[in-house]
Amino acid sequence: MHELGATIAAAAGPAVQEVFVERGQELVLRATREMIVPLMAMLRDDPRFAFEQVMDICGVDYPERAERFEVVYNLLSLALNQRVRVIVSTDEATPVPSVAGVWPAATWYERECWDMYGVVFAGLTDLRRLLTDYGFEGHPLRKDFPLTGHVEVRYDEERKQVVYEPVALTQDFRNFDFLSPWEGMTTLPGDEKVHLIRGERGQIEGPKA
Amino acid sequence: MSGSNTQDIAWNREALPPGPAQDAVVKGITGEIEEKGFVIANLDKVVNWARTGSLWPMTFGLACCAVPMIHAYMARYDLDRFGIIPRGSPRQSDVMIVAGTLTNKMAPALRKVYDQMSEPRWVISMGSCANGGGYYHYSYAVVRGCDRVVPVDVYVPGCPPTAEALVYGILQLQKKIRRTGTILRG
Repeated sequence: MHELGATIAAAAGPAVQEVFVERGQELVLRATREMIVPLMAMLRDDPRFAFEQVMDICGVDYPERAERFEVVYNLLSLALNQRVRVIVSTDEATPVPSVAGVWPAATWYERECWDMYGVVFAGLTDLRRLLTDYGFEGHPLRKDFPLTGHVEVRYDEERKQVVYEPVALTQDFRNFDFLSPWEGMTTLPGDEKVHLIRGERGQIEGPKA
Repeated sequence: MSGSNTQDIAWNREALPPGPAQDAVVKGITGEIEEKGFVIANLDKVVNWARTGSLWPMTFGLACCAVPMIHAYMARYDLDRFGIIPRGSPRQSDVMIVAGTLTNKMAPALRKVYDQMSEPRWVISMGSCANGGGYYHYSYAVVRGCDRVVPVDVYVPGCPPTAEALVYGILQLQKKIRRTGTILRG
């Protein structure tokens, strides 16, 4: 696997910035955004790599980064039984070159990525949203998108149609801690031993005496 | 036939006013008919019997709840023996089983299908998602209960409800239909 990574890095030149093996079994390439299309074409056409299939293209959002989005391509070679993951990074405005010319099936994945994260793909012919509602605004998988969204629907008896309205929740979303009162309770008088033993077991951290 | 000469119609010439004399005639006729193998029933009850005995549901499986719904149709629970036969067209169906998560994108389509169903029509909301959004209540893409879009008659709880629960819900709906009077009395 390390050999394959080194071979790809040597063949690709400056298109690959970094090669590493994640979890001991997953080959990951960090690639430059501008040269992604020739890199992908090489990975598909070179008989040493032969990645005929694009299994998935997905987005990742890291709001704290300058280039906040990553686009992750998972490729599979059935002929050589090997997989590779290619990662490029981008921000809201900078387009990523579309690989729909290399794998036509990538169109749907790129549409999904655009829909969910707002990553722009240059050269993508079909610019419709894929999953969200018609006329949906925003990109729901971004970290700054509110969970409940902005609109909700109901049937309006007067207008005789389904209408969109701003979200009005009768009860706000709550995060529950699932510690039971017994587990979460601080030490009761005379009960210190139990917590001590639990702490030693390493299951639950014992409260400070 | 004009209204002025109704008095001249042969069968109505000797109409009896309401009273003991009329009751005696009606009783006599009723007995005579029963002897000949006829049954006399209220029209209301006949209509309700027909409706409850042939509830044709609109097939509307939206998510995983469709699986127990299919179980209820299939051989083990066999809803066919209640006269419940799933239909592919809203124009042939009496009841819509909303089985699964209703999303914002699907809501107009669901309403359109409901509007295409002919009267009388009923709706069974099946599962937590259809009842009130369920697990996806706070999602940006899910309707918080299908009763925001269509009027619901019976709610079947569960995530997903078992096939027995759906059958029970359908029996409850039959009970509800039996309660209704079809003919308006003045």
